[in-house]
This record gives sequence, C-alpha cells and structure tokens, in this order.
Amino acid sequence: MSISTSIWVWIAALLTLMIYSFLYKENPFYRLAEHIFMGLSIGYSVVILWYNYILPRIYEPLFFPPHQWSLIFPILIGMMTFGIFSEKYNWLIKYPLAVYVAGYAGVQIPLQLQTMILRQAEASFLTPDKFTSLFSSFNALLIFAGLVTTLIYFYFSAKREHGLGGASQVGIIFIMIAFGAAFGYTVMARISLLIGRMQFLLQDWLGIM
Amino acid sequence: MNEGKKDLSDWITTINREIIYTIIGLAVIIPILLGIKEKVQISPAVKSAYESIESLNSTDVILISIDYDPASMPELQPMLKAILRHAFGKEIKVIMMVFWPLGLPIGTEGLEEVAGEFGKVYGEDYINLGYRPGDRAVMIDMGREIRNFFRTDVNDVLLDTYPMMRDIHNYNDIALIVGLEAGRWGEYWIQYVGSRYKQRIILGVTGVMAAETYPYLHSGQIEGLIGGLKGAAEYETLIGRPGFGLTGMAAQSWAHIAIIVFIIIGNIGYFMTRRKERRFRIEGRKE
Repeated sequence: MSISTSIWVWIAALLTLMIYSFLYKENPFYRLAEHIFMGLSIGYSVVILWYNYILPRIYEPLFFPPHQWSLIFPILIGMMTFGIFSEKYNWLIKYPLAVYVAGYAGVQIPLQLQTMILRQAEASFLTPDKFTSLFSSFNALLIFAGLVTTLIYFYFSAKREHGLGGASQVGIIFIMIAFGAAFGYTVMARISLLIGRMQFLLQDWLGIM
Repeated sequence: MNEGKKDLSDWITTINREIIYTIIGLAVIIPILLGIKEKVQISPAVKSAYESIESLNSTDVILISIDYDPASMPELQPMLKAILRHAFGKEIKVIMMVFWPLGLPIGTEGLEEVAGEFGKVYGEDYINLGYRPGDRAVMIDMGREIRNFFRTDVNDVLLDTYPMMRDIHNYNDIALIVGLEAGRWGEYWIQYVGSRYKQRIILGVTGVMAAETYPYLHSGQIEGLIGGLKGAAEYETLIGRPGFGLTGMAAQSWAHIAIIVFIIIGNIGYFMTRRKERRFRIEGRKE
C-alpha cells in the first residue's frame, strides 16, 4: 500500500469523497465540491471557446487582412440573441431564431429522414439475404414483427378491435423489452462510473491495488 | 389491525437508502480489492468494430473523435485506449479530434499514453487536432478540407508542418471514423458524414446510449458498435490487452447481482403490501 503523494490526486480524491457525502445527506462539503466543479467547467469552457472560436473565427478574420467583411452579417444576426436580456429589444431574438430554425430544418430533415427512417425501414425488409441461416431468419422475422406491431400500437385512428388490438398488445411487449434493455444499459453505465471512481480511490489515491 | 407492529413487508419497503448504497458500494469495492477477473463473451457488434480496424493496413489513417468528457470517462476512456492499442499495433496512423471542450485533456492523455507505449512519433504516426466548436458545420466542412477548421493542431502548429498530414485533406484520405460518444454526436457523424460522404464509421457509446444506437448498426449505417464498459472489456479481450474495462467487469457483475436482488426484494415487498392492504379492506368491510 503506497498512498499517493501527488497533491492533485489528493484534491481529486477529497472532492470525490465530498461529492459522495451527498449519499448520506446534503451538506456543505457536497455543495462546495459541486460549486467548484461548476465554476471550473464553465471557466474552462469559456476559455476554450474564446481561443478556439471567438478569436480565430470572428476577431482575426474581421480585424486582420484579408478582412472577411461578410462575417458581419451572421455576427449581427447572432448578437440579436442578446436582445432577450432587454425588455425593450427582446423581439430581436425572433430573427436569429428564424434563421436557426430554417437552416436547421433544411439541413436536418432530409438527413434524419434518410438515416432514421428510410435506411432503418429498409433494414427491416424481409429480403432473401436475411434468410441465410435459421438464426438470421428468426432475427429478421422478429425485427419485422417488432416494427409492425410497435407501429400498430402507435396507430390511433382506428378502434383497437380484432387483430389490431392483439397486434398492439404484442407491440407493447416489444416496447417494454426495448425499455428494459435501455434501463439495463443505463444501470451498467451508472455502475461503471462508480467503478471508475472506486478504482481511482483504491488504486491512484490509496495505492491498495 | 396491528398498527404499531411492523411485519416483513413494512421492513422491506422501508429499507434505509444508506443500507442499499453501502451494499452496492461493497459489491463494487470487494471484487476490485480481491482482483477478481471475469471472462466476457464477445458480442457480434464489438467483433465487427474490431474487424473494421483489423481490415485496415499501415497506409490507412483513422480519425478518432472524442465526444465525451470526464463524466463518461470510465466507460469511454478504456475504449479509446483499446482502439489506440489495436491501431498502433497494426501501424495504422491516427488523427484525434475533440468536440467536447472537457474531452480535450482526457483524450490527449489517452493518446499520449498509448502512443508512448508503442514508441510512436507525433506528426508522423499520430496527430492531435484538438478541440473545435461547431460540431455539424465542422463535420460537413471536413469533407471538403480538414484545414478549413483545423488549420493548426492542438499545439497551434500548422498542419502542413507534419509529414503525416501533407496528403490528408478530407474524408477521402481517412479510412475509418471512430466516434466515442456520450451525446448526440454519434448520430451527427452518421447523418452528416456517413450518409453524405459514405464514410465508414464505428461508434463507441456509453451504456445509456447503446440500446438506441443498435438500429444504426442493424441498418448498416455503422460498421461496429462498442457499448459501455462491457463493450470496452470485449474489445480489450479481442486485442489481448486487459485494461480497465476487464478489471471492472467483476465489480459490474457483483453490483448487477445486488441490484437484481434489490429489485426482487422490492417487488416482493410491493406485492406483500398490496395483499395486506386488500386483506385490511376486506376485514374493514366485514366490521
């Protein structure tokens, strides 16, 4: 066992323990660590943004040759966002929002349609290449059934009678399985974070391992 | 009715949360302290991610995007190191870039550590482009010319100074993108680069995101998927270099068993309480 002599490891270890003290109850140590984290991460992000965005993308192209005067227009539109802080000029925010929404929708809608709907629907089609083995055939049929019954569950324009009701019930089962899988992965993710901290405390700080 | 007397269902439904935290904590600490190792089954998703890199050769370049920060480090950092070990072991050149400001120091630390292990030379075998804001705009423009957004590397040195970067201009010169994701950037890579530039992509994602990323693998929009710490452990197994992922798996299993036991106990308590309430209601009606 060799306890770390690095001041940074000690600071990190003590901050970790201060954060975990919340598990017992809210206390000043937890709040101090939380505020330090917030302040540090915001400060770090501001500095990074200043040197990687404001200076090279706005200040230098505008004030050093060759001057890119065309940048003035997007900068002005962007600065209108700050109108939100004034009661008199808060209407200005409509313009950057309009530009952002229009631009975003124009770029995003076709891409989302392509990647999230068309390609994924295509992948669920029962094409002959899906039936090369018993396992792949079963998978293909399962995915097809899952897709169709889940869509039926979200189809609200007809009464849940006859086959539609039964299919939507099957759809619920698929949805529940998907939620269960997502929850299981989430538990694994959270436990992984705990394992990471415990390994740091035991290995890097206390040197037990 | 015995109002003051506590039975098993009352005890189960009022377990102190401190007891639960302590048991979960012990379930994590004990396997780590005892150094218990656990074998993992290799999933097809991780195997295909491994094979994507395995299919490359020494003339190829991969781009690794660090789209996470310290909050997701325990899950994604082992993936980064395992992928770097695999790539450097095959003499594949590596470009690293960062979309999360707080990901820069941890990505750099991982890159330098593994590059040091393999004796790789900065600028010849690997390069760190650093952080750039603008995610989707950067992704799209890199399809034309990387230098439009990354004129310099993380050390503020012009890219053309480095021999490795002289012939690398856009996605045509990059064999594979590896996105290590704690947010929506994985989807952006698929939508803006995979779909638009037909670029090969593999993703390493946090456990929280794994389930929702599988459809992209199934539809062939990504070639491989490494999900959470288990995915990292699988990748470490495939390259034969145990790391944090594998050492954490025993603790992961113990903690999962503890949680499963608590879920079962909670459900038993719930049904016992429900039965007790029903009995009280029936007795109340009789009275």
